[in-house]
Amino acid sequence: MPLTLEEVRRIAELARIGVSDAEARAVQAQLNNIFELIGQMQKVDTDGIEPMTHAQGSALRLREDKATEENQREQLQSVAPQVEAGLYLVPRVIE
Amino acid sequence: MLNASLKELSTALTQKKISSAELTKLFLDRISKLNGAFNAFITVDAEKSLAQARVADERIAKGAALPLTGIPAAHKDIFATKGWLTTCGSKMLGNFVSPYDAHVIERFNAAGAVILGKTNMDEFAMGSSSETSFYGSVKNPWNPDFVPGGSSGGSAAAIAARMAPAATGTDTGGSIRQPAALSGLSGLKPTYGLVSRYGMVAFASSLDQGGPMAKSAEDLAMLLNVMAGFDARDSTSIEHPAENYARDLDKPLSGLRIGVPKEHFGEGLSADVGKSVETALKELERLGAKRVSISLPNSGLSVPAYYVIAPAEASSNLSRFDGVRYGHRAKEYRDLADMYRKTRAEGFGAEVRRRILIGTYVLSHGYYDAYYLKAQKIRRLIADDFVEAFKRCDVVIGPTSPTVAFKIGAKAADPVQMYLNDIYTIPANLAGLPGMSIPCGFGANSLPVGLHIVGEYFAEAKMLNVAHQYQLATDWHRREPAGI
Repeated sequence: MPLTLEEVRRIAELARIGVSDAEARAVQAQLNNIFELIGQMQKVDTDGIEPMTHAQGSALRLREDKATEENQREQLQSVAPQVEAGLYLVPRVIE
Repeated sequence: MLNASLKELSTALTQKKISSAELTKLFLDRISKLNGAFNAFITVDAEKSLAQARVADERIAKGAALPLTGIPAAHKDIFATKGWLTTCGSKMLGNFVSPYDAHVIERFNAAGAVILGKTNMDEFAMGSSSETSFYGSVKNPWNPDFVPGGSSGGSAAAIAARMAPAATGTDTGGSIRQPAALSGLSGLKPTYGLVSRYGMVAFASSLDQGGPMAKSAEDLAMLLNVMAGFDARDSTSIEHPAENYARDLDKPLSGLRIGVPKEHFGEGLSADVGKSVETALKELERLGAKRVSISLPNSGLSVPAYYVIAPAEASSNLSRFDGVRYGHRAKEYRDLADMYRKTRAEGFGAEVRRRILIGTYVLSHGYYDAYYLKAQKIRRLIADDFVEAFKRCDVVIGPTSPTVAFKIGAKAADPVQMYLNDIYTIPANLAGLPGMSIPCGFGANSLPVGLHIVGEYFAEAKMLNVAHQYQLATDWHRREPAGI
């Protein structure tokens, strides 16, 4: 079932990527080709197959709940677009 | 020196026939001369490299050298490198000077290796041609009208043009092996979890794996000895005992069972590649290996399953690029949501945006079972195919890529054609198995052909053994592009 232009706009909004109408139309055709390729999966019966989430079956490692990282705030914030008093600045969210 | 193996370079350094500073300068000069033609490097910083080389020389003088001490190596620009611009081929990280080192970089630094520069790549490692980089296409040193493969195409071109003796790459669906094949090099994707992903910009975390690229299997073994190892900062790093990956290089191949998957020799494989691979298989038989016909019945589904799983994980991983903590931020915006939309529309290139959209869709409400869950079930079928195959053989061998390198621009407008390049390499990523590519001849337009070797989990030493024995008997890996 091909994606409609409306669906392309909805996905772009979910992904927080701005698209113009022209871009949405161009991307629509490409995505539909890709979904045709992906659709080959549906030919195979996978009833009762256990999904493989990961190359290793084992559970994730746990560690003791204690701080291991030293504070590197200044260094890590040195690459931020906008910081003030150790805080990241973004446009006002609540008026 | 430009054609020397890493072992030869190491010996020359410890015997003081050349200093690390001289060796580093030699390759830096080579980069100044050739990078304009091939666009293999995004960042070069001669001062930093030479400072590291001088430290290495002091270490050698003190008699404290390790095998890679003083040897320059290039790093894919996906590895966070402290004090170096780390762009991942994207405008999004065009201003990102990393405040920390990836585990792989720490390992090279601890070994005393010299960072020669950061190599060009498909944006966020999404591509098979190194054309999607914000910093321009990489060109294949064998013929600059052709792609070097991708996404680790800058690393491949750097070695092929002898601008670097060795390099790192990463492989999510074939991004080490396919450029190694298309550029006439040796490249290894280790068992998933063997090399830490810490500081390696994430694309699809259940598939991403770093590994070495070089001129020979012997060189790869030396590099893997440095790169592999447990790291608690990567939640999927494996606690596997340290190995010497060079230990089995000299073993004879008598009795080795080579599984040849019939699915990798059918429709889609170009005749020139098929012929070179067939000749290579005969050579391996001559060396004592036995050929076993095997089947990987679900491998045809690997590309469709991969193009659900990888974009799904990418859409999640790349949500971090929001213009708040690092990287690009749009100049003008109305509010926070508008800042996100504009920042991400400006910062990501077309292929990255496309994959984020695919991933967002397959994970969205109502579609999860039909796409993501289905793909994970097919992933299991593909992994099970290998379990069956390895009951009858020790390694699986076939072509790395269906064709030799294609012309720059030839597949850029058709994502599906581009994706099908990785049809033989993706199954190993989905299963988490180690895979490698070594040169085995030349095909159309006198461009290199790659031989693909897949082993069982942690069988890197055995795969390197097979590759090294082949390279002792053949000289494809010694060929270099003419006239540069």
